[in-house]
Amino acid sequence: MTITGWLQALVFFAIVLALTKPLGLYFARVFEGERTWLSPVVEPLERLIYRICGIDPAHEMPWYAYALAVLAFSLVGFVYLYVLLRTQRWLPLNPQHIGNMEPSLAWNTAISFLTNTNWQFYSGETAMSYLSQMAGLAWHNFVSAAAGVAIAVAVVRGIARTSSATLGNFWVDLTRALLYIFVPISIVAGLALCAQGVPQNFNAYTTVRTVEGGLQTITGGPMASQEAIKELGTNGGGFVNANSASPNENPTPFSNLLELLLIFIVAAGLVYMYGVMVRNRRAGWAMFAAMSLLFFGGFTVAYWAEAAGNPLIHHLGALGGNLEGKEVRFGIAASALFATVTTDTSCGAVNAMHDSFTALGGLVPLVNMQLGEIVFGGAGSGLYGMIMFVVLTVFIAGLMVGRTPEFMGKKIERREVQFAILAVLVTPVLVLIPTAIAAVTPAGLATLNNAGPHGFSEILYAFSSTNANNGSAFAGLGPNLFYNVATGITMLFGRFAVIVPALALAGSLAGKRAIPEGPGTFTTDSGIFVALLMGTIVIVGALTFLPADALGPIVEHLLVAQGSTF
Amino acid sequence: MLKFVATSLRMTIVTIVLLGLLYPLAMTGFAQILFAYQANGSFVIHNGEPVGSAIIGQRWTKPQYFYGRPSAAGTNGYDPTATGGTNLGPSSKKLIAATRAAIAALKRENPDATLPIPMDLVTSSASGIDPDISPQAAYYQAPRVAKARGMSLARVDALIARHVDGRTFGFLGEPRVNVLRLNLALDDLRP
Repeated sequence: MTITGWLQALVFFAIVLALTKPLGLYFARVFEGERTWLSPVVEPLERLIYRICGIDPAHEMPWYAYALAVLAFSLVGFVYLYVLLRTQRWLPLNPQHIGNMEPSLAWNTAISFLTNTNWQFYSGETAMSYLSQMAGLAWHNFVSAAAGVAIAVAVVRGIARTSSATLGNFWVDLTRALLYIFVPISIVAGLALCAQGVPQNFNAYTTVRTVEGGLQTITGGPMASQEAIKELGTNGGGFVNANSASPNENPTPFSNLLELLLIFIVAAGLVYMYGVMVRNRRAGWAMFAAMSLLFFGGFTVAYWAEAAGNPLIHHLGALGGNLEGKEVRFGIAASALFATVTTDTSCGAVNAMHDSFTALGGLVPLVNMQLGEIVFGGAGSGLYGMIMFVVLTVFIAGLMVGRTPEFMGKKIERREVQFAILAVLVTPVLVLIPTAIAAVTPAGLATLNNAGPHGFSEILYAFSSTNANNGSAFAGLGPNLFYNVATGITMLFGRFAVIVPALALAGSLAGKRAIPEGPGTFTTDSGIFVALLMGTIVIVGALTFLPADALGPIVEHLLVAQGSTF
Repeated sequence: MLKFVATSLRMTIVTIVLLGLLYPLAMTGFAQILFAYQANGSFVIHNGEPVGSAIIGQRWTKPQYFYGRPSAAGTNGYDPTATGGTNLGPSSKKLIAATRAAIAALKRENPDATLPIPMDLVTSSASGIDPDISPQAAYYQAPRVAKARGMSLARVDALIARHVDGRTFGFLGEPRVNVLRLNLALDDLRP
């Protein structure tokens, strides 16, 4: 580890910290329907959308209507993308004459993008027309992220409101998230990325004669516009197979910093917005503190492990950190940082190949996803996921002192705890059971790229990533019918089996009366709460996943130290 | 539910027009006006012909040129239509064998090299089209390149030093040398 390496993480985090409050205040204004400095430009467009879609912005929805609207919108988006991928060959903006996608892969890809996962069993440069990229995938990048933010806002309203039957209007929250947050930032960020070298054109691929006389086909496409929302919406689906490791998507160390910031800022701002909307900013900062500590913990381990390198390579006479599957312009620190950030959130973009990380370096992204991506987390999904853990922590704290647990002036009762537990239990069910099935079936073992414990890690990583809607991969694992179907199912339930209980919990809280805070009230804005919250997250995660992780990365680490290979 | 589906359909169509079509088209318009060189792929023109992209690595096999990193992109490496890494894990026999072979080849090709083996020259990049090598990797190859071109080592080393891109703002990323630009500069040197 070096000082400049650490400086990259510290400066990155300092910028996130500086942006958290202004963004949080802005988000709160956006979702409380107030005027913002963008209103003069955006408001006419916003009204036009409501008129075309027949939406009454003053109409409010109860939690189940909100959930149904999310589900209906997702269903339509699924059918649309599936049809687009199955027919792209006959549609315009396809200069490479790329063919239609086969059914099981199109099914997997459509679910992958509608759930904000962006798990990719295809290679963008040879499997996607420009139309599919921009009007299919990038469109999903926008709306799946905006839907996530809308749901998070609805959940926060549930906490903030008292004796209310409604959580807001999904269509309004979706539209405002798009027009006031995702589109403006994407325009600025996309142009900045283009200035750094990310292409933005509709040219066919160009074949050149290289200096030595060989032929090389240089790819193109509308990449910068897609790259911006790919990171900002914590989507992570690369325009090309190598994702943000490709110099086309991420050409410089500066573009790398910009992408890192885009991944974190919406989630960080939402945490502050939570504090504003529940009228307890310290509670927002408490949540922020727990997230920050988990972030630095993950980065420290990943950076240390990658900088220490692979002893088996050292024996061959090449000394230094692990550069297999990394790019020279980023080096070890910026790659470890990206791997941590992309899995703290549900982004899943990669600037290095996680499959080739050292055993413990690869354990960090794996654990981050298994904890449920609540370290800032996905656009929206991080906040409502974290709130589930907050409710659970409040409940556990209540049990410890023998009082009725309260959260933001409301009693936490059986119903709320059931919903929170349901959302938290989705993860182990959808990760461990499919992993176990894959590990003992020929179809599950057929497409592994590595043998021994690392092969098992590839399977575990695939289901951890798809369940958490992350989308990064130990990318050696290849597609087949089994994985197309199985990961499709885990992505689908990983998203909606958390969204529905989260909204139900919010609906239940919104309907409650406020009770005054007493001397015995356990508040969610103290240092003790931060410690308890982190304890709950780590203990739930460790109890659930330690045995599986021990069979993969941990045993691999020990065997590599002994000199074993597979 | 039917009402939700109807609203969803309309919302889907409106947002596809706005975000799926107008947004990328407008961005392409801005980008082509403001940053035409980057937006079209940063092509490098040499002697009137495009010879590649400044941001994309290419294959080098002749001793008078600096080599890039091992590449897993496509069958022969450096194929931008098949980007990616080896995805071999730290305990992989294939990884160890490939690295051992890369070290042996590097030593064979650079018999006069005196510096320690640069890690980036014996490990595959993530994209398979990494345009850069570390400054150490360039200096390691300098004796071979100097010999193949009949130049002094000092002159080659001086050229490398001029092509080292430092860390951005002094702390972002790692120092690096763009292999294409360095090799073109070599070709442009007056003998």
